[in-house]
Amino acid sequence: MVLDRIAFQGIDFDRTSSADGPSRRTFLRAGAAAGGGLLLSLSLPFVSGDVKAANSASFVPNAFIRISGDGQIVLTMPYVEMGQGTYTAIPMLIAEELEVDLKQVRLQHAPPNEKLYANPLLGVQATGNSNAIRGAWYPLRQAGAIARAMLVSAAAEHWKVDPASCRAQSGKVRHPPTGRSIKYGDLAADASRMVVPANVALKRPEEFKLIGTAAKRLDTPAKVNGTAVYGIDVRPPGVKIATLAQSPAFGGHVKGVEDAAAKAVKGVRQIVRLDDAVAVVADHMGAAKKGLAALVIEWEDGPHAELNTGEVARKLEEATLSSGAVAQNIGDADKAMASAVTKVEATYQVPFLAHATMEPMNCTVHVRKDGCEVWVGSQAIGRVQAAAAKITGLPLDKVVAHNHLIGGGFGRRLEIDGVVRAVQIAQQVDGPVKVVWTREEDIQHDMYRPYWFDRISAGLDEKGMPVAWNHRFAGSSVLARWLPPVFENGLDPDTTEGAINLVYALPNLHVEYLRVEPPGIPTAFWRSVGPSHNVFVTESFMDELAAAAKQDAVAYRLALLGKAPRAKAVLELAAEKAGWGQPLPERVGRGVSVQFVFGSYLAQVAEVEVSKDGMVRVRRVVCAIDCGAVVNPDTVRAQIESGIIFGVTAALYGEITLKGGRVEQSNFDTYRMLRMNEAPAIEIHIVQNSEPPGGVGETGTSAIVPAVSNAIFAATGKRLRKMPVDNAALKQPV
Amino acid sequence: MVFVIQVNGTVQSVDVDDDTPLLWVLRDVLGMTGTKFGCGMALCGACTVHIDGVASRSCVTTIDSIGRSQITTIEAIGATASGAKIQKAWLDREVVQCGYCQSGQIMSASALLASNPHPTDSDIDEAMSGNICRCGTYIRIREAIKQAARGG
Repeated sequence: MVLDRIAFQGIDFDRTSSADGPSRRTFLRAGAAAGGGLLLSLSLPFVSGDVKAANSASFVPNAFIRISGDGQIVLTMPYVEMGQGTYTAIPMLIAEELEVDLKQVRLQHAPPNEKLYANPLLGVQATGNSNAIRGAWYPLRQAGAIARAMLVSAAAEHWKVDPASCRAQSGKVRHPPTGRSIKYGDLAADASRMVVPANVALKRPEEFKLIGTAAKRLDTPAKVNGTAVYGIDVRPPGVKIATLAQSPAFGGHVKGVEDAAAKAVKGVRQIVRLDDAVAVVADHMGAAKKGLAALVIEWEDGPHAELNTGEVARKLEEATLSSGAVAQNIGDADKAMASAVTKVEATYQVPFLAHATMEPMNCTVHVRKDGCEVWVGSQAIGRVQAAAAKITGLPLDKVVAHNHLIGGGFGRRLEIDGVVRAVQIAQQVDGPVKVVWTREEDIQHDMYRPYWFDRISAGLDEKGMPVAWNHRFAGSSVLARWLPPVFENGLDPDTTEGAINLVYALPNLHVEYLRVEPPGIPTAFWRSVGPSHNVFVTESFMDELAAAAKQDAVAYRLALLGKAPRAKAVLELAAEKAGWGQPLPERVGRGVSVQFVFGSYLAQVAEVEVSKDGMVRVRRVVCAIDCGAVVNPDTVRAQIESGIIFGVTAALYGEITLKGGRVEQSNFDTYRMLRMNEAPAIEIHIVQNSEPPGGVGETGTSAIVPAVSNAIFAATGKRLRKMPVDNAALKQPV
Repeated sequence: MVFVIQVNGTVQSVDVDDDTPLLWVLRDVLGMTGTKFGCGMALCGACTVHIDGVASRSCVTTIDSIGRSQITTIEAIGATASGAKIQKAWLDREVVQCGYCQSGQIMSASALLASNPHPTDSDIDEAMSGNICRCGTYIRIREAIKQAARGG
């Protein structure tokens, strides 16, 4: 588990620095800020640069905390706000130890610099994998504590008193014996000359005043009055608006363009032809869309013109007949299988999925001879800058990339395909151009959550308990493309997460993965990625085993959780709160799932109702989560509610299909989203503890899909092994 | 051709084709970017504005259909009684996540509240089901509307 290992090093790094004493200066330096005040420069741990790199002589800061003379505290961090509350939770970590009001702390997104701002867990400047709080938890609290100690030292020196007699409180250093106090802003410049303390004690969890409280989100006021600026809202002076048509078939090309009618549209300024796309540049999007509709484009469909989803699935199924890279091996599954009393086998499939962020893909670019400027909402702004430099041939320092609020990320905005397109178009346009994709382009030219095919079997003993577990699956590896170094020996940590680290005590377990890239269709991260597939398969299959053993689905799981107390606790809590076992009407059922992914334990019970004509309504979801220390409990709840709705949408409706090399879905009529009238009641119970924080942005999504499908089984006796829900299969026989 | 429209109490003159959707007039011609583009087919509600107080999808409302009607957008909804209550409830309940759809949600909710001060759950379903939220904030939207209906 590369990412887990990295996460662990992040923690270890901290423990090393406080216990064994490689100087804290290796991760933090202090000095005077330009314009006065105190500047702390932090070197948060990198993927490749664990403890050793942090201890090396070269100090490369990648995050900054500036306390200026007016008392304002500004954090510069490599994380972006996309609705997950990071811009609130990160400042909470600093404010807690620094003893300031949250309102005094402002977070700004780091400018693009891959080397300086690498995310400690992802190793590149990116916000994803539910890792912002996981990466920041120790280093940022330490930094806050160090800054506080230096401010106290400065005040003590000024008063000529013992620092131990001073106290930091509400943005001031106080000297209780004499009743004197000085504001941080007035101390900041002096503090920058103090020695960085070798040891600072972090607060114990019971001393937290801010962490664990439902602090108000800092980014919301601008989002309720129309003033928030997303990427799609930028308006550099003179900007033109463009929209585009990309080759309907993946891998196709433009053969010819008849553009006279488009050019005649009022407001249309220019038609830009690329190898595999055509864009219409206009004064406004209305004209650009009208112009695009008036274009007659002849396409050369290219090598994937015959591609369809059935063929992709068949190839994956075929692949699983051969052995793959061994992702996990415990005991001897084959031997145990041979002596098992009962054998259960199944195949599972999950579809391609689009992200359908509410803000369609867009990017604004101004290419000049001597430079390039890009405006976009990105989860990986360093990659944006690099891509623009590569296409234009400009040196990196001549490319300025501005990051903006993100109208939905879910992994889509870790990709730069939209930036590449926009820069290519802008190269042919005089002045800045904002390229806005229509919803149809956004759905049909997404980069999709991969299709995966799974073959799974288990052997049960005479009591029905699993003694052998064999799981083999095939599909795309997103990380192999996105971050090649982490794809090693045929494996990557994301694709297998949720398949190899089951919460259950299984004595003989064997998991294999085959990387099979589908032709033509691009794949990408999608909220919870690997676990979105693996947890569906393993938790559905665990349900099948319980059914084969004629045991209760919760009791069966609990019997396998003797060595996993945190998993057991969330499962028991969710079952109890959901009223597990209490009678339900006909064609209503409860389904359960439990998982440990993204560093958090989570159990869900879904209650669904299946109509006579096979339509499924998720009525209620009860969730119990143990995500370690909770920075902002309201954000944890919000993220899980969000993840559940996202997952229910996928379970009930989510499916991208291919025909003739083209995506068949195009807008919200054919790629449906869950709506207000379909949303389940959701109850969330948080287990309190002080373990290091786990991620919460994606866990709700991966757990709900099997909970829903297991509930459908309970309601109808139909086991769904392929997502999304097949309503026809659930029709009540007459 | 030139159209004269009234947006948030201000008279604006725009020179566009008669079939230009109001959404693009607001966003690209007048620079009022609070109203969002989501689907272009009245399927998601991100572009919702009020036309004479009625929640309307600006992505399919052509400029030539507006005439002398009063257009209200997210930028000015806080000046109405129901809009101010809805905005406050949205903040109190921490409804917002990515926030992109929330302009439209707030416009739909404030139109609902203005015409129906005490909406039932099914009234809320009916008024709000045309607005998609990909972050899944529906539960909080429902709570916030109820809070606003109670008077904040």
